Amino acid sequence: MIYALCLVLFMVGLYGVVTKKNTVKIVIGIIIMEYAVNLFLVLLGYRKDGVAPIIDEGTSVLKFSQLAVDPLPQALVLTAIVIGLGVIALMVAICIRLYERYGTFDITEMRRLKG
Amino acid sequence: MNVIPLFVAIPLAAAFFIPMVSQKFRWVPDLLGNLTAFALLVMAVSVIGKKDVYIMGGWAPPIGINLVLDGLSVLMLITISLVGFTATLFSIRYMEQYTSKLRYYSLFLLMMGGMNGVALSGDMFNIFVFLEIASVASYALVGFGCEHEELEASFKYLVLGSVASTLILLGVAVIYGSLGSLNMAHVSRLIVEQGMNKALYFSLTLLVMGFSLKAALVPFHAWLPDAHPSAPAPISAMLSGVLIKVLGVYALLRISFNVFGMSPLLANILIWLGTISMVVGGLLALGQWDYKRLLAYSSISQVGYVVLAVGIGGAVVSRGDSMTVAGLAIGGGLFHLINHAAFKSLLFLSSGAIVYSTGTRDLRKMGGLKDRMPLTSGAANIGAFSISGIPPFNGFWSKLVIIIAAVQARYYWLALTAVLISVITLAYYLKLQRHAFFGPASENNRDVREVPLSMCIPMVLLAVLCVGMGLLLLPGPRAEILQPAVDALTMGMKYATVILGR
Repeated sequence: MIYALCLVLFMVGLYGVVTKKNTVKIVIGIIIMEYAVNLFLVLLGYRKDGVAPIIDEGTSVLKFSQLAVDPLPQALVLTAIVIGLGVIALMVAICIRLYERYGTFDITEMRRLKG
Repeated sequence: MNVIPLFVAIPLAAAFFIPMVSQKFRWVPDLLGNLTAFALLVMAVSVIGKKDVYIMGGWAPPIGINLVLDGLSVLMLITISLVGFTATLFSIRYMEQYTSKLRYYSLFLLMMGGMNGVALSGDMFNIFVFLEIASVASYALVGFGCEHEELEASFKYLVLGSVASTLILLGVAVIYGSLGSLNMAHVSRLIVEQGMNKALYFSLTLLVMGFSLKAALVPFHAWLPDAHPSAPAPISAMLSGVLIKVLGVYALLRISFNVFGMSPLLANILIWLGTISMVVGGLLALGQWDYKRLLAYSSISQVGYVVLAVGIGGAVVSRGDSMTVAGLAIGGGLFHLINHAAFKSLLFLSSGAIVYSTGTRDLRKMGGLKDRMPLTSGAANIGAFSISGIPPFNGFWSKLVIIIAAVQARYYWLALTAVLISVITLAYYLKLQRHAFFGPASENNRDVREVPLSMCIPMVLLAVLCVGMGLLLLPGPRAEILQPAVDALTMGMKYATVILGR
């Protein structure tokens, strides 16, 4: 159920990318898509009433594995967020440069390339 | 000392050090960039015929991260470093037109490191990470000139590329949610044991869509004809020559043969994607008047050949027919892949040389360059003959193998289509030759001169390769280079046993 909500969020982002004419709105659409995937990854490791995956001296491994949330998706999400940050930064920089050149954020007015 | 991690570490380290050490002297980035590319080429040649698994940090495969060197990876590494070396050599003079060489070399090496990582990685998530490293560097390189067209193309490429990466990441996440593992060998083992379920089919769909977007197969090709011509010429050569193949085709083949296992459905999807790309790319290339845009559409068409051939091989494997035919089809596809890397980078470099001398990319404004630039036009003619499949050159042999394999696998219509598109390829390259190199010299080309020596050497080198690579089909070289790559794919799900060692 909650996974379906992630998919809905993903689709919202994709809708933004596909239909919007403003470059900044397209960037926001991509951000929403990335966050939907990150949310999905974190939810994969989620467990209700779980504890942080840090093992103490006292806890037994068996009990730990029954209680703790899965740490691997969290590591994956950290990497994915950092990569996403890099991509978004580059994308925004290009938007600004495009605005300097064309004087607009509207992609229908940027039509030097065709064919 | 194990050489495998160095393929990723050396370019990344060099990309980091170049901006640090080369603020003072202008020649340092050139020297470091070329040295690194040459070192990678030497390393790639030295691992021919080797097979190895490198385990990072001492954690055994299902838990830890591993790098896998097998026949297919070696083939990819050689292609990447060969094209990379010629492109850096070409950049020494060509990139004088732009302002910041050190950033250029830094991004270039970042891209090479990312591609090497994709070719070596044995882990689904690491493939995503390296793919993003290579992609981000290539987005920046496409927009390197910061002019109207370049920024526009770069933005288009960025948006479609990010959508592709997001789809791939979602696919990887679904695999983890469904099987609880990300190591490719382990995933493949689990799929053999448990069979496919709905979530895995969903993930396979996402991955095929994502990698097809990166490979610019036809329903997903919209960014390529803008992005590849807008980049500086050496980068166009890298993008068309290796980037779409490593990030798209290689990853697609690896997941479809070795991780998910070839099924008739998947093979049909590959065959259709390949055929449509081949036909549409070829037909669209016919109408182009921009030298580099024509080459970009032709790349779509030629990558279609590769995917078609491998799809035929996959269909034969999945219905359990003779392995000889499957090996022939896959071998033809991979052979065409490396051939295409050689002649397409040659053609893009020659386009760079023409832009450097004449300042135009429009075929209608060229003409008569044969006498003005004899070396460039000779090399470009060899490239054009190879790509359109004239007998002594390498393109002829790979297309011949693909067509024979299609006939033997009883896909007669596909064989016929491949022949027809080959004729169309010849047609648009004849158009390119007639307008660019032959015919009367136009007014503004009166004082055009041949490009400097450091730009001629890479073109001559690639032209020699175009003539000589047909020799790879002889039994000796084939057993060393092509056959291990074909075996890596045809062994299919035995991949898991080889990597996990049990």
